[in-house]
Parts: sequence; C-alpha cells; structure tokens
Amino acid sequence: MSTDPIDGPDVPAGAAGGATSGAVATRDHWRKKSFIANPVARWLVYGGVILYVVWTLGTLPIDWARVAEGVERAGRIFGGAFPPSFERSGLLIDGFLESLKIAILATFGGVLLSIPIAFMAARNVVPRAVFYVGRAIIIVARSFHPVIVAIIFVKAVGFGPLAGVLTLIVYSIGFVAKMLAERIEEIDFGQVEAMKAAGAPYLSTLIYAVVPQIMPRQVGLTIYQLDSNLRASAVVGIVGAGGIGSTLANAFGRYDYDFALAITMVIVGAILLSEAVSGQIRKRL
Amino acid sequence: MTLSDLRRDDWSRFSLKQRLQRYGVLALTLLAIGWAVSSIEVIWAWVWDAPEQMGDLFGRMIPPDPSNLSAILRVLWETVNIATIATAFAVILSLPVAWLAAQNTTPNRATLWVGRFILVSSRSINTIIWALLFVAIFGPGIVAGIVAIMFRSIGFVGKLLGEAIEEIDKRPVEALEATGASRFKVIAYAIVPQVMPTFWAVSILRWDINLRESTVLGLVGAGGIGIILQGAIDTFNWREAATVLLAILGLVILGEIVSAWLRRRIL
Amino acid sequence: MLKISDLVKRYGGGEPVLKNLDLTIEGESVVSIIGSSGAGKSTLLRCINRLVEPTSGSITLNDTELTRLRGAELRRARRKIGMVFQGFNLVDRLTVMENVQSGRLGYISTWAALMRRYPKEDIRRAFELMERVGIAHYADKRADELSGGERQRVGVVRALMQKPEILLADEPTASLDPKTSEQIMGLLRDLSRELKLPVLINIHNVHEAKEYTDRIVGMRYGRIIFDDLPAALDQEAMDRIYSGSPAADRAGGLKEAS
Ligand SMILES: Nc1ncnc2c1ncn2[C@@H]1O[C@H](COP(=O)(O)OP(=O)(O)OP(=O)(O)O)[C@@H](O)[C@H]1O
Ligand SMILES: [Mg+2]
Repeated sequence: MSTDPIDGPDVPAGAAGGATSGAVATRDHWRKKSFIANPVARWLVYGGVILYVVWTLGTLPIDWARVAEGVERAGRIFGGAFPPSFERSGLLIDGFLESLKIAILATFGGVLLSIPIAFMAARNVVPRAVFYVGRAIIIVARSFHPVIVAIIFVKAVGFGPLAGVLTLIVYSIGFVAKMLAERIEEIDFGQVEAMKAAGAPYLSTLIYAVVPQIMPRQVGLTIYQLDSNLRASAVVGIVGAGGIGSTLANAFGRYDYDFALAITMVIVGAILLSEAVSGQIRKRL
Repeated sequence: MTLSDLRRDDWSRFSLKQRLQRYGVLALTLLAIGWAVSSIEVIWAWVWDAPEQMGDLFGRMIPPDPSNLSAILRVLWETVNIATIATAFAVILSLPVAWLAAQNTTPNRATLWVGRFILVSSRSINTIIWALLFVAIFGPGIVAGIVAIMFRSIGFVGKLLGEAIEEIDKRPVEALEATGASRFKVIAYAIVPQVMPTFWAVSILRWDINLRESTVLGLVGAGGIGIILQGAIDTFNWREAATVLLAILGLVILGEIVSAWLRRRIL
Repeated sequence: MLKISDLVKRYGGGEPVLKNLDLTIEGESVVSIIGSSGAGKSTLLRCINRLVEPTSGSITLNDTELTRLRGAELRRARRKIGMVFQGFNLVDRLTVMENVQSGRLGYISTWAALMRRYPKEDIRRAFELMERVGIAHYADKRADELSGGERQRVGVVRALMQKPEILLADEPTASLDPKTSEQIMGLLRDLSRELKLPVLINIHNVHEAKEYTDRIVGMRYGRIIFDDLPAALDQEAMDRIYSGSPAADRAGGLKEAS
C-alpha cells in the first residue's frame, strides 16, 4: 500500500477514453482548483509576473564594484557611528523640542481645519458640488508625501519650523479629514432628521445631531495624529523644515556619524514612547 | 417628596469630576499650544506673508510645462518599479521575521526578541533615513531606493503578519499536530491558510504606501521621480515642477484604484 | 492493543486530574467514556496522543511505549492515532480534499504537501472514504461552506486517512443536532467494524453511548469507577458516575468547552 506503481492506474483510465465510467469507479486524480480558472489567463498572468520581475531586476543598474566599495564605506560609517556621541546633547534636545512644537501646532491647526473639510467631504451632509471640492482637497493632501510638501513650503516660506508646521498641517488634513468624513457618512441620520423636524437651523443641526456622534472618533484621531506628526516631523526636517530631522541631516552632511546615530536612537526611542502612550490613551477612551 | 423637589432648573451634562477632568485636559492642551507658539523660532512676519508667498509660487507653476513629459513618464515608471520590487522582496523577507516575532510560532524566547528587534528597528526608522544610509552605501540610484523601501516595509508587513499569526484559531494546528505532521507542514497547512487574507491585504496596503514613499526617494538621491522634481525646483523651473507634481498625483490616484481593484479581486 | 497503566496527570500544582488510571482496550471495539464535566475525559484522550503530557505512568499502543517518545518518533507514533474533535478543527480556508489529505501529512514529502501533489494511492483512498461517509461531491468546496455534520465527516475522514491503529474521538457529536449526532455515532461504529479499528469516544449523551458502543467506561474525578457492557449501566451506576460534587461542578462551570 505504500509503494505506488507508477503507471499502473493510468492504463485503465486511458483505455476508458471519453466514455463515462461506472458510478463506482474511484478516482485517483485530484488537482486543487486554481485561483484563476482559465488556464490561458493563468499562464499569461504567471508569465507576465515572471517577465516583469526578471526584466526589472535584470535592468537594475547595480554596479558591483561600487557596492563592494559601499560595503567598505558602510563599515566606515558604522565604525564612525560607534559609540554614539551625546556630546552635543544641547543641540539634540533643542531639535527634539522643536519637533515636538511643530507636531503640537500642526496637530492643532490640522485638526481644526480638518473639521470643516471633513463636513465638506461627507456625501450625506453637503450638496454635491461642495462634496467634490472637499474630496479633492483630501485627495491632494493625501497624495503628496510630506517630504514633497515640505520642499514646496521651504521654497515658499523659507527654511525652518514654519515650513514644518505648514507641511504637517497638510499631512494631518489628509488623514484626519478623510477618517472623519467617513465617520460622518456613517452617522445615524435619524437624529439629523429629528433636529430638522424640530425646525433647527443647519448649523445647530450639525452641532447637536452630528458633532456628538463624531466626537469620540475625533479625539482618538487627534491623539493618533499627534503621534504621527511627531514621527513625520523627524522626516520633513531632512529637507529643511526644522526639528530634529534638520539636526540629523546636518550631522549626516558633516559626516558626524556618531552624532547621527545618537539622534537616530533618540528618534526611535521617542517614537516608541509616543506610540505606546498614544496607544494607551486611545485604548482608555 | 414634594413637587418642588423635581422642579430643578440647573442641569449640566457632566458631573463635577467629569467637568474638572475636561477642564484639566483643555487647560493642558492650551498650555501645550501656548508653549509651542511662544517658543517656536519663527519670524512672525513671514507667517503673515505665507499665503501671499504660496499664491506667488503657485502662480509661477501655471501653466504646467509638459516639454519634458516623456522623461518624466519614464522615471515615473521607474518609481513604480522601485515600489513594486521593494514591496515584493519585503513581503518575502517579512515572512520569516513574522514567524520569529509571533509568540505561538517562534522557536524560543531568544528568537522572539530577535524578531521583535528586527520589527522595531525597521519600523521606527523612516524610509528617508534608511535611504540616506543606503545612498551612502550603494551610491546614488534606484538600488539604494529599493533597499531603503524594503528595509522600512519589512517591519510594517512583519508586524501585522505576526499579529495575524498570533490571532489564528489554534484548534486546526492542534489537529494537525495530532496527525503526526512535522512542524513545517503544520505551519503550511494550518497557519498559512489562516493568515493568507491578512497577507494579501497587508501586501497591497504596503504597495500603495510604497508608491507614495518612492516618489520622494529621489530627494536624497535614491532614484525615482523625486530626482526630476528636485532638479526642477532647484533650477526654479516651477512649470516643470508642476508637471511632475501632477504626474505624481496621477500615479498615486491610479495606485489607489489598482489596489482597491486587487483587494476586491483577491479578498 | 492500547494499554494504559498507572497514568497520572497533574496540571501545574494542585490535585491530579487523572489519578493512577488503568485502562486496556483490545480488539476492534467501540468504547465510550462517560463522566461529568471536569472528570478528566479529554485529558485522558489527549494524554494518549500526547497533546497533553502525562505526568507519570505508561501508555502503550501495540507494544510501543508512547509516554517517552520525542520529536520524529513521537510524530511517527501520532500517525497511528487518529483523532476527531468536538469543534471539528478543520482548516476553514482549505478545500475538503486538502483537509482530508492533511491526515496524510506525516507520510508524504514536504514538496508534495506544499504543491498539493498527493500520491494517487492517497487520492483514491480519500475518494473512497469520502464516498463512504457521503461527502465526495464536496471535495472542491471550502471547509467553511459545509454544515456541522458534513464538517465532522471531513474530520472523521481526515483521521482515517492516517490509517490509524486506534481512533480517538473527543465529544465528536456535542456540537451537532440530535439526528446528525446519531448519524455520526452510527458512522463511527460501522467504520470501526469495517476497518477493524478500535475507537475510543468521549461522550456526554449516555443514550448514544449505550446504543452505539460496545463498552462503557465511567470516570469520576480522574478515576475509572465503571467499566462494563452498556447493558450493565444501570441507574445505580449512573448515580455513582454523575452524582453531584461541588468541586466537579465548579470545575465544569469554569471550564470552556473542550
Ligand atoms: N490545559 C489545562 N490547564 C489546567 N487545567 C486543565 C487544563 N485542561 C483541563 N484542565 C482541568 O482538568 C480537569 C479535567 O478536564 P477535562 O477537560 O479533562 O475534563 P472533561 O472530562 O473532558 O470535561 P468535559 O466533559 O467538560 O469536556 C478540569 O478540572 C480542568 O479544569
Ligand atoms: Mg472534554
């Protein structure tokens, strides 16, 4: 029973040909039904994927000599980075505090602006035309990576934390307004109708029937966004928008790898801490 | 009890303690904002000037200049490749990491901490910072970008996958152990099918995110559309920059459509 | 032949759940184990295939000592012990055929398992068994699309695919409606006869135990206090097995269904 004759069972099956065999004939063939039922389409998809991967990998401009050199350089970078230097911790603390300020102000501004934009982008509370405008604002705010937004703001308003705050306001709108708009769209509309039936004006209807329903979500989102803004502020600084990211970029530019490592460690620590704190608070809410 | 007891005319939504709590939180928030506003180093004149500056900048972007469009589209394609290849590798590499970092599959305590360490270091260092490092190692170009995105994504995918592994239904695992199947086969038959939906969802989500991330790699020299954007901005060629921005917008929106379609198709 | 002697199982500290238990099962009989919740029925069954580690004592299956096996040896021994679960424990997102073939995982190569290229011999056996229990037409359905009774049939076929030397069933019918439950019990009895397979069933339904099994073992607080033909299970024996005890009741109430 353990050894299976290789061609044994195939012979009668072949002999039977197309004729329907008896009901008792036991089958010894089974294949898992493929996700893509049509074999032609299936092989086209597989072939396409393989071709794409091989082609993109094949055309990658890897210069192995450069890589070998790079590995050496990596050794130098890491060698230079250890041990991390906290000598200029004053600079580090200033950078970090600036990031914190940027995050706080951007969260405040972003959340404040998100509320009207979210209402505009909620299909069920505004006219169609306004809805499209609201959605467009959110899509644009979401589509651009904060670093791109930061570059533009740096060009427009100069280097420094102001560009960082403006960038992260846009970033906050992209997330908070989107989530909030989704929440508004799924509110219980009966309450709105009740207010309307009581003859309440538009704004009172929003405040009494909609705001209480979205408030808990709004608080959670704000805390979450503060956490994300703190993270992002470390990044947008690299292109000159202030905060600890700028400190990091400077250290990197001056080949100050031990200081750069110290900064990175502080960033990682702060991110882990703020994630833990914001997670705890949101769990309590 | 007389009727007058019922005739209350004071009413408030919250109890005293609740109200104090609320005021406390409000005061704290205002304090934080006040501190930030008063000590942040900005030149306030510039702040009031900012809208005008922005308007001026956007004015200079119009109309977008499409003369370099073919180069832009070629680099845009490169950007897609960076995101796709990096996501594919990251997803594959995150499988063993997720296995290490999930409490119910990891071989022992030490491997659990190794797995968690990999996840945390990957996750808390941003793509751009990874890119700075890899540009130093590999030299400027798309390879550094791919590796940077990969390093960042491993943590993201690995964490979500690890959590999915920890949340599986353990009973099928037990049943297959009882048939005398080896550890590897138990994973393949009882754990893999259960985390497959999460696997696909997370991979698609990360691809979508990586598409956005790969648009900025060029700013630190790690390939993709960012290089052209940086070039245009540095030469104050705002009309070309506008074309690039529109191209990025189109790419990201297309990416969202594709990932939404994939999600519907696969899940 | 399954021979259990002087088996002790203690979870953590505290009192043992199984107390110096002896049990021998010979030939191809269907044996049911009854007893109130917390009596230790599941623990006993799970000690046999070592899903639970016995504290001390000996369990031999056809002269193989099971309690000291480790690693690959343990897996080889487990192949010979089929198990059917109350909650079916199928892999929901796999097809019925894959679930059934997962009973053969101990035998086939890793490559065959990964690629779903099962040996012809196994596929034939799977179709025969599925035909026998009436689920062959579901081979390509996902397991979570089946009803409870159908899913338990998949569970039974999976266990039988192992070509086991004994079949353990832990409350195989407790999640099923009365009619389906009787069908599954009948099926287990008939399969035991056809395949000359000893079957050990934990069960709460005394009526079904009497009707479908050849021998009834009654447990109370980790000891066997009744072991005889179904006909011998009279009211007095029932009282001894099930008579209320706060400790047992408490344990039963706190415990999740197993
Ligand atoms: N994993 C475990 N850890 C600690 N104690 C356990 C564990 N599993 C079972 N027990 C305890 O062992 C005792 C016997 O449990 P067991 O599951 O064997 O009972 P049972 O007879 O199968 O009950 P039921 O009829 O409710 O399934 C119970 O008191 C239970 O609380
Ligand atoms: Mg039990």
